Amino acid sequence: MTSVSATDAPHVELSHVCMAFGERAVLRDLSCRFPRDRISVILGGSGSGKSTLLRTIGGLVRPQSGAVLVDGEDVTRLSESGLYRVRMKLGMMFQHGALLDSLTVFDNLAFPLREHTRLGKAAIADAVHQCLEAVGLQNVDGLLPGQLSGGMVKRVALARAIVREPVILLCDEPFSGLDPISARRIEALLVDINRNRGVTLIVVSHSIPSTMRMADHVVVMLPDGPVEGSPAELEASTDPRIIAFLSDGEDPSIAAPDDLPGTTATARSVS
Amino acid sequence: MIRPIQDLGWAVIRFVSDLGALAIFTLQVLRATIVPPWRVRLFVDELHKLGVLSLVIICVCGLAVGMVLGLQGYNTLVRFGAAESLGAVVGLSLVRELGPVLTALLATGRAGSATAAEIGTMVATEQLDGLRMMSVDPIDLVVTPKALAMIVVMPLLSALFIVCGLAGGYLVGVGLMGLDGGNYLASLQSAVDFHDDILGSLLKAVIFGVLVGLIATYRGYHAAPTSAGVSAATTSTVVVGSVSILIFDYFVTALWGV
Repeated sequence: MTSVSATDAPHVELSHVCMAFGERAVLRDLSCRFPRDRISVILGGSGSGKSTLLRTIGGLVRPQSGAVLVDGEDVTRLSESGLYRVRMKLGMMFQHGALLDSLTVFDNLAFPLREHTRLGKAAIADAVHQCLEAVGLQNVDGLLPGQLSGGMVKRVALARAIVREPVILLCDEPFSGLDPISARRIEALLVDINRNRGVTLIVVSHSIPSTMRMADHVVVMLPDGPVEGSPAELEASTDPRIIAFLSDGEDPSIAAPDDLPGTTATARSVS
Repeated sequence: MIRPIQDLGWAVIRFVSDLGALAIFTLQVLRATIVPPWRVRLFVDELHKLGVLSLVIICVCGLAVGMVLGLQGYNTLVRFGAAESLGAVVGLSLVRELGPVLTALLATGRAGSATAAEIGTMVATEQLDGLRMMSVDPIDLVVTPKALAMIVVMPLLSALFIVCGLAGGYLVGVGLMGLDGGNYLASLQSAVDFHDDILGSLLKAVIFGVLVGLIATYRGYHAAPTSAGVSAATTSTVVVGSVSILIFDYFVTALWGV
């Protein structure tokens, strides 16, 4: 684990972002930074806006106000074609995989390469098999997503997210639904992608142990605003909500989803 | 007292904004049609799904409608001693109205609903978002091949429906009622004009293809990401598509005299 200082250049930066779905505010005046070439993990209770934050970074949802700088470009102001240009730098692993269900595993992974590169069939097959091997999958080329287990779908989704070698990798709950061995393998793979390929990782997770092992930087989404810091700083925190969150995995001050006030304000350092 | 007025106001706002969204969606499809990359392989796949897989239902329904027309037409014409005009009655009914309209209604029920459900499911399972994150425009990859295939397939299916209907009328009129086959075909040939009737019929089918293709893909693309949302998109494709076909049929007939 590498420590993160306040001066580390942000690769992704959110500034005063407000996001609501209808009447319900999910992100309220949210500001936080994700340092370049580091592993950032977003923690928070259910309904605290973690996945929405990830989708905002990917430009899949546009906030009502605020700026989202991805590699220096404000994705909230980009046209659809501008967004597609920025997304060439991004890879995203969705919580439920989002694999194309009419394509086989091989074709799912080969698809982005066929779309955006001039690689030949052999090179594409090599790249696909390398990624599948990296996530611990073999002999699944011809299977359809519907024939895979939930854990296998996750691993294929991660393989697809990295096959095009993104500079920023967004992962939504990469460990949920995985057996402990697969979860550790994915965790090791994410760390390897970050350390050896210099990819900035932004991971939404509920897994506190894996967060503490792999993260350089943690953002905890609390109702009155995010709290940022390194895992060591979080563990040393005297904030009762952080202590409760780290011990139970849930922030006791987070209300039920119906009366959630949304996540607000600028990220504070851990106290 | 105020509540119904408010509801009406919201309904009008929803309708107008829906219409605006459909217009933008249509322009996006048009742009994807003109600007490369062209997804020829996907387009051919869709032709197969929407067209080839609809052949049986179109042939069976066309034959059945032609047989009913033949029977009803014969029973009416024979009272006036004009049974030899059966070919003209069956031909004009099928070519001008029943062929394109019934084909469009059948295509809406079979292919339109399937298209809306397929795209809606892709929305609900985040497959379209997955494409966006891979810098692939779903309008270009998913929507446009389906909408274009519907436009191409509709006149072909309509023509097939008409041919099957004419055969059904022939079977009843000549095979069952004992009319002369030459008379049936001669009256058909003299009554149906290529320019006014055949081309007009194809024009209607193309317009219906545009309607069904756009409505089905639009409803699927804008489906709420839930199973209920997919179901609602499918239902509304069939309802809105069918009503639009009948309304447009009147206007095309009135304006172009088809």
